[in-house]
Amino acid sequence: MTEMSVESVDPDDVDAADILGSAIERREDPALLTGDAEYTDDIQLPQMTHMAVKRSQHAHATIEGIDTSAAEAMDDVVAVYTAEDIDVPGNLPTGWLLDTLNQVDHPILADDRVRYQGDAIAVVIAEERYAAHDAVDAIDVDCERLEAVTSPREALDTAPDLHDDAPGNTAFEWEIGDAEKTSAAFESASHTASIDLENQLIIPNAMEPRAAVADYNPSTEELEVAMTTQNPHLHRLLMSGVIDHPEHKLQIRAPDVGGGFGSKIHHYADEALAAWTAKQVERPVKWVATRTETYLTDAQGRGHETHGEIAMDDDGTIVGLKVETEANLGAYLSTFAPAVPTYLYGTLLSGQYDIPAIHCEVTGAFTNVPPVDAYRGAGRPEASYVVERLIHLAAKKMEMDPAEFRRQNFVPDDAFPYETQVAVAYDSGEYEKTLDRALEMLDYEDFRERQREAREEGRYLGVGFSAYIEACGLAPSELAGQLGAQAGLWESSLVRFQPSGTVTAYCGTSGHGQGHDTTYAQIVANELGIDYEDVDVVEGDTDEIPQGMGTYGSRSAAVGGSALVKSSQKVVEKARSIAAHQLEASEADIDFENGEFHVTGAPDRSMHITEVAEQAYLAHNMPDETEPGLEATSFYDPDNFVFPFGMHAAIVEIDPDTGEIEFERYVAVDDVGNQINPKIVEGQIHGGVAQGIGQALYEAAEYDENGQLLTGSMQDYAVPKAEHIPEMETDSTVTPSPHNPLGVKGVGEAGTIAAPQAVVNAVVDALEPFGVDHIDMPLKDEKVWRAIHENGGEN
Amino acid sequence: MAEHEITLTVNGTDHELTVESRELLVHALREELGYTGLNVGCESTMCGACTVHLDGDAVKSCTVLAAQADGQEVTTVEGLAEGGEFHPIQEGFQEEHGLQCGYCTPGMMMTATQLLEENPDPNDEEIRDALEGNLCRCTGYQNIVNAVENAAEKMGASTQGDD
Repeated sequence: MTEMSVESVDPDDVDAADILGSAIERREDPALLTGDAEYTDDIQLPQMTHMAVKRSQHAHATIEGIDTSAAEAMDDVVAVYTAEDIDVPGNLPTGWLLDTLNQVDHPILADDRVRYQGDAIAVVIAEERYAAHDAVDAIDVDCERLEAVTSPREALDTAPDLHDDAPGNTAFEWEIGDAEKTSAAFESASHTASIDLENQLIIPNAMEPRAAVADYNPSTEELEVAMTTQNPHLHRLLMSGVIDHPEHKLQIRAPDVGGGFGSKIHHYADEALAAWTAKQVERPVKWVATRTETYLTDAQGRGHETHGEIAMDDDGTIVGLKVETEANLGAYLSTFAPAVPTYLYGTLLSGQYDIPAIHCEVTGAFTNVPPVDAYRGAGRPEASYVVERLIHLAAKKMEMDPAEFRRQNFVPDDAFPYETQVAVAYDSGEYEKTLDRALEMLDYEDFRERQREAREEGRYLGVGFSAYIEACGLAPSELAGQLGAQAGLWESSLVRFQPSGTVTAYCGTSGHGQGHDTTYAQIVANELGIDYEDVDVVEGDTDEIPQGMGTYGSRSAAVGGSALVKSSQKVVEKARSIAAHQLEASEADIDFENGEFHVTGAPDRSMHITEVAEQAYLAHNMPDETEPGLEATSFYDPDNFVFPFGMHAAIVEIDPDTGEIEFERYVAVDDVGNQINPKIVEGQIHGGVAQGIGQALYEAAEYDENGQLLTGSMQDYAVPKAEHIPEMETDSTVTPSPHNPLGVKGVGEAGTIAAPQAVVNAVVDALEPFGVDHIDMPLKDEKVWRAIHENGGEN
Repeated sequence: MAEHEITLTVNGTDHELTVESRELLVHALREELGYTGLNVGCESTMCGACTVHLDGDAVKSCTVLAAQADGQEVTTVEGLAEGGEFHPIQEGFQEEHGLQCGYCTPGMMMTATQLLEENPDPNDEEIRDALEGNLCRCTGYQNIVNAVENAAEKMGASTQGDD
């Protein structure tokens, strides 16, 4: 355990007034630790059937014929469906439009053509799980293979078109910033540095595979779908259209969800098919992805091929930055796919730096890989990676220390709110604080000395920095709409007192491991001045929660938490008017503190908010025209994104004989604004960093020339194990966001955004004597060894 | 397909059931007997979410046929707490924030308890080695290692107390 590690505390040992900000143990844990949790696959319903999906073995092919007769004849098979049976729209929409977007059809069952290995062709409904899979194997699909392409650059340059509606496989062309100004900056610059890099495709690998259990009641026409979702209301809206079922008769419920990392945001074919088939067979239908299916069909992340350049003046001040990216969108447009390599990417290219001219062009490409969409960080890790790799190279070009080069170019503390050249305004930041703390933790001067000494002994140590920024809680809705969002990006909540003084708080976000039951109860208890134990939190059910947008983009605390504050404040204001009435005082003379209303200057004349709740439901003595009851609903639409930041740094040692990378240190100093629960914040950073290290060193979705996935199992795709992740030394600074009532920013994605370039910069720093400027991720031993030896080996 | 009448003793309770030859132990436990605490993450022995104790050894129940386990004693996560009291490993995971989504946690704890039986005071590296067959995508493992150390301390203290 590091000295910086946060100690958790028992909530019983925390005073009510101190609950917000306490590192209390999570209330969701007992169910998860005992087997009492209920994940989707744990659900068993009477008469339940099982669905399995026949998938394309080819990455690109025309379908010449499908023979389902053998499957239909099998014992225990209830029904088999292909595209020709689908009597509803059955087309998965994208929820983000760009002016130049070429929209393409995305049928839930492929009709005449398949476009990635895993594309759904037919479904079997059977009495039992094994029988459903047996029957899928008995379906015979006659296919004619077509040429496949997996690289976005090749798809745009040479490959045959995947879709008639997207000539040249172009999904969109997009730009941000000022091309002319940036060209001028480069022309007048004294120094430049450039990079060509690939940000490889990543498979999210939530430990729980996607799943759905759909149950249809023909008498009431109510369709209940329990499923692995990060956003039940959004899934309800989308599914309602896809399967043509009225939204008010469709219930989407998230049971316990075993991780998401973005992969459970999107609306896929499988969940829609489970819901639609439940209506056809009029029996419950369960579908659970096998791990192979998650590898083949979960939306992947990243997938960029990028050229970047940075320009400096004589003294090392950055004067311009330009980036050209070809982004892999996969075979179809997934739910938020068009937003990820555009507005979630180009807008972050100023990093923590004051850069006077920036221009970025992105071309989205259709290829024969699964749809690519948001994966933890979604666009922001790709931006941070380009910026921080360029910064590393720029400092080297200027022969400046990389930490001091960063310091010189940071947005200064007094410049906030800071308008970047890429259309966003940073809310608050004190970037030198996290740099200084990281340098102190690293004992940086001493490290450079050790590095020099080690090199003399033929040992290669390196340090890599990552001054990252992220944008959380995409907002406000009006702006999101102007940028192409087909949904608002507010959050909704309901805070309801029961007559006995307990409270249920409903929020439209949908946690899947983040600990919202705990943190939201901390927020509401604090606002209402009642005991933490007296607040229950409900998420993840469209029949219980009025409305919602879900959990992704590190938005839950900043947007959902703020919605809970807003509802709580409305409850307090109504309670204040009831208290004023019963205490025979004017509302203006009623103070509220720690749950107690009292008349200013007369502390004896008081009522606790729980007494007010009781009075509100008795309704025997209410102010005129005040309705009984004590609850409030609100929609919170933020004024702006929030912009967490931090400095991560890795120290590694490379064995030049094997290319093996060993961590000596991993230091993370994050500023996520105010912290609701520091233990949960620390856990989010740990997990995020582990995924970032996974991308830097181990993970990649790799395909052969036919578009066949070579890394299609946990045997072949290296999800990091315990021994692969170093001990992380974490600390934080606190720069509250001025935009929301909690002063929080967001932490879910920070580590994943920060870590890859910290590791790659460290490796490149270690290999400086070999003249290595860049190695594409994942930095497997062999690649590192080759980089050393292609540059002539030991110097 | 051939069927087999088998007996499993799960967390001390005897069960008789009929299984197909190919039925996996994890499916027999989850779907026939309702022990849904163990989870299926990969069906290929890689992730460890389905880890149970079979006659005292931590095994991945997705690669054991139910018929192979005939007559054996199975302990699942549901059997860790006794008389409403958490096992020290459960307390360790709770206190150290050793879990987030919780999906890998039951298997992780079953592997960890076997480690602690064999090595009551493991160091960081020994814990990470022992957990190599259990994947977690949420925590970055650090708080899992802390949780196992926390449990080791508690179990060490209680052993000393009994002496």
